[in-house]
Amino acid sequence: MSDPITQAGAPTPRSGNDKPGSGDDKPRPGMSERSIGVLGDRKKARLDELARASASDRGGVSLVRDAVRRLRRNPVAIVGASIVGLFILVAIFAPLIAPHDPVQRFDELTKNLTVDSIPGATAGHPFGSDPLGRDFLSRMIYGARQTLFVGVLATLIGLSLGVLIGAIAGAFGGWVDVVLMRLTDVMLALPSLLLAITLVAMASRSSQWTVIFAVAIVSVPIFARLLRGSMLAQRESDHVLAARALGVKERNIVLRHMLPNSLTAVIVQATLTFAVAILDAAALSFLGLGDPDINRAEWGLMLGVDGQRYFEVRPELAYYPALAIIVVALGFTLLGEAMREAIDPKNRR
Amino acid sequence: MSLLDVRDLSVVFQRRGERPFTAVDKVSFTVEPGQTVGLVGESGCGKSVTSLAIMGLLPKRGNKVGGEVLFDGTDLLKLRPNDMRDRRGREISMIFQDPLSSLNPVIPIGVQVAEVLERHQGRDRKQALREARDLLDAVGIPDPQRRLSEYPHQISGGMRQRALIAIALACKPRLLIADEPTTALDVTIQAQILTLLKQLVDDTGTALVMITHDLGVVAGLCDTVNVLYGGKVVERARRHELFAHARHPYTHGLLNSVPRLDSPRGERLHAIRGSVSDNIPWTEGCAFAPRCDNVVDACLEGPPPLEPTATGGDLRCNNPVSEEVTVR
Amino acid sequence: MTEQTGPLVELRDVKVHFPIKSGLLFDRTIGYVYAVDGVSLSIRKGETYGLVGESGCGKSTLGRGLLRLVEPTEGEIVFDGTDVRSLKGEAMRHARRRMQMIFQDPLSSLDPRQSVESLLVEGLKAHGLAGDKAETNRRLRETLEAVGLPASALSKYPHEFSGGQRQRIGIARALVLNPDLIVADEPVSALDVSIQAQVLNLLEDLQNERGLTYLIIAHDLAVVRHIADTVGVMYLGGLVEEASSDDLYREPMHPYTRALMSAVPVPDPVVEDRRERILLAGDLPSPTNPPSGCRFHTRCPWAQPTRCAEERPALRDVVGGHRVACHFAEDIAAGRIRPHEVEVELVRPAEGTGPLDPPGELIPTP
Repeated sequence: MSDPITQAGAPTPRSGNDKPGSGDDKPRPGMSERSIGVLGDRKKARLDELARASASDRGGVSLVRDAVRRLRRNPVAIVGASIVGLFILVAIFAPLIAPHDPVQRFDELTKNLTVDSIPGATAGHPFGSDPLGRDFLSRMIYGARQTLFVGVLATLIGLSLGVLIGAIAGAFGGWVDVVLMRLTDVMLALPSLLLAITLVAMASRSSQWTVIFAVAIVSVPIFARLLRGSMLAQRESDHVLAARALGVKERNIVLRHMLPNSLTAVIVQATLTFAVAILDAAALSFLGLGDPDINRAEWGLMLGVDGQRYFEVRPELAYYPALAIIVVALGFTLLGEAMREAIDPKNRR
Repeated sequence: MSLLDVRDLSVVFQRRGERPFTAVDKVSFTVEPGQTVGLVGESGCGKSVTSLAIMGLLPKRGNKVGGEVLFDGTDLLKLRPNDMRDRRGREISMIFQDPLSSLNPVIPIGVQVAEVLERHQGRDRKQALREARDLLDAVGIPDPQRRLSEYPHQISGGMRQRALIAIALACKPRLLIADEPTTALDVTIQAQILTLLKQLVDDTGTALVMITHDLGVVAGLCDTVNVLYGGKVVERARRHELFAHARHPYTHGLLNSVPRLDSPRGERLHAIRGSVSDNIPWTEGCAFAPRCDNVVDACLEGPPPLEPTATGGDLRCNNPVSEEVTVR
Repeated sequence: MTEQTGPLVELRDVKVHFPIKSGLLFDRTIGYVYAVDGVSLSIRKGETYGLVGESGCGKSTLGRGLLRLVEPTEGEIVFDGTDVRSLKGEAMRHARRRMQMIFQDPLSSLDPRQSVESLLVEGLKAHGLAGDKAETNRRLRETLEAVGLPASALSKYPHEFSGGQRQRIGIARALVLNPDLIVADEPVSALDVSIQAQVLNLLEDLQNERGLTYLIIAHDLAVVRHIADTVGVMYLGGLVEEASSDDLYREPMHPYTRALMSAVPVPDPVVEDRRERILLAGDLPSPTNPPSGCRFHTRCPWAQPTRCAEERPALRDVVGGHRVACHFAEDIAAGRIRPHEVEVELVRPAEGTGPLDPPGELIPTP
């Protein structure tokens, strides 16, 4: 070694030399006339110690781990994650939490049930009854399961299809890109809900799956556009150019550099889309295009069918599902925003 | 009385959940009317933060500013935001590194210059535009009448920097702070801008604070140079003195480490080892100690004081480079 | 610096023109950016060729064109006897092992998601050199040591290093493939002043140890003069002057080189105060619509009527290997043509310099 160089983490004079900093073995012209300092052993040790303390010695922290660490310090992320986590727990443990079977009709509820009055809170049924004499609280709890299922599945389907289209467009470019992007432009041009309504209406028989599929399709162009744009930006980036200069195969450049670096933005978008998917599914149910199965407990359905029909009789039938949807959507949005902030390289230190 | 007297200026950044970071640590310097003073240092030495603190342009949250900034006897740090805004652009102006982002992209150049005159000198639009044209002419923008109605993206980088200088000088300020004004420009354009600045200082008597990392820029322009390291002034000297006999090992090292056009070829550069991030806190000793060739025991026993030298400068070093040693 | 033999790289009349496209559905070419417009040069084995010029002169594009990271429009690129432009697909990819690149911004040129180890191994894998694990590991450590980084750096990520260290990683990445040629595009301009010297010294050491050939591209004339054996000066897509570093510095012959050299600030007040500055009028013309004839004639203080505007000067040998693209190089050197006062401002320090004082030197000898 011939020049005094930085040793990562230990930029101090190397031990074994009596002169500090004479880590280079070539004589430095002009240095002889300069007064060279001499450091005592104890001070030398102290300097080493200080240098170690100042050097960021966390070592080997990848971007993802770095982002997670930052996420854990962000109160927005904590609130968002708590909300989402709470709802997921409720969904998973619904059978344990719910006091009753969500589809069972109770005699003590049905006997008071008329078109003009739906029983409120009674003993054993703190949220009262739904229009068919079922336990409303249990249906709300099971609703978390159904609603999250629709949201997660719709988002995942939309994400996969969008990533596929975006990746193909971004990787190949040229006319493939032009064709795929014009296609997504057409889809983006239609209002998303209108597109979903059309898709559901086109299906011969409406079911839970038509709703999921419709909601998923609507988010495809958003993911595709985002990934493609991000990949195009990556294609121009220095590190992709560097990989090309190294002679890395084009396929590996796409798979190892362009795609992973573009995906973070898409994954953040997915958490945001999740909230939208739940709202879209609720909207479809509200418009009567949802799942026709009357036994299915899903917040959108509950809000859209019962809540709408019996709003004047018992507004809680609308309030509770609406509140649940808003809170869970807010949770995902907060989490998504916090993630976006966490992966932003500008916040890295 | 000095035009600008900065006394023990400190800026501490405190971000939520993080350790406070002292960007500027008791920096003091003075600027006399008509003088050009350089603040020189590498990234993170606190030179830009110092200028923003003087201008009162630091973000309102997340930092603590201490000390005094006496401008003509008034402490700028104690002024109310409105009073400070009134002085900014009128008595003190600033030009920045990136001329494109410092100009508003959707307003014509002429209007941007005129607005300053309207705001501070109470001119009406017509009169202001006429003066704006003369200003553009004065900073060497060809065909100024036409440029008045052009937008920033329509003119070149050098012209933009000239326009910014025109804005900064519109109200004939007594102090101009230039933060890396030529860093984003090409060498031949840099030469144009530096020449312009020098002429303006000579013609108008405006005092200039030049903030730069480029020792070459300082050499041709500044009367007095302050070298900053780790948020503190480590050496201050008059221009000729500093470049001929840099006493602080950091300054000396910097001068020896830059390749010079006029130095013989093939000579090895004397690099300073380590990087700026290898600093130790000033409370422990000299921040430069881990990179210093002259380090002695005293360097780890608290911060060395800034002491006057025989040649009229100031120096913060326990074991400085001998006066007899010339650079190169 | 080291043994000087035949040329490793030869460029013959290389052009890189970028089409400017526009159109609603189908893109039409409405013009070209003449980024590199006919450059011929050769780089000897073991030599450092410095390419200098201001932003937009095409120096980076030329470097990338040489490596075919952008596709040259015309011309020949001969690397060690092989016509690089005729190589296709895999053959080109394999050829890349011998010609590597160092980038300006060490952070953006390192994939932020990869550890240093994975960054370094990638090139080896691409060329099938990472078969033996122990051997690969030894090679990585050796390379890191050569660039002055500890082996512990392998498990770290780019954002955990300082600017200078990152540039060392970038150099290690190029070096690990054991290339013959390294194209370094502004290798130090993003670094702090005190770090630049470390990296320049490192580049020199590596060249001495390994017999590397460098093409160093930079805007900083002082950096290029320090490190390069031969310097080429580019202006608006063309080479205007080429000479050995010492010759060019001693007697710049092209008016543009003279202006460029006079504009570089020197950290020495004594020099600065005595210097004569040739201030160029105006800015760089657009490479989309370059001036006719000599590209520089619109800003040239020595431009002569008609010929400069009509005929593009060829790069010709004026004295002993000093190549200049100027019709009047000899006349300017001999002082037969004086710069005209109209277009150029000759600025000298106001105080103490009367009209009768002799003109200053470009860079006064200390």
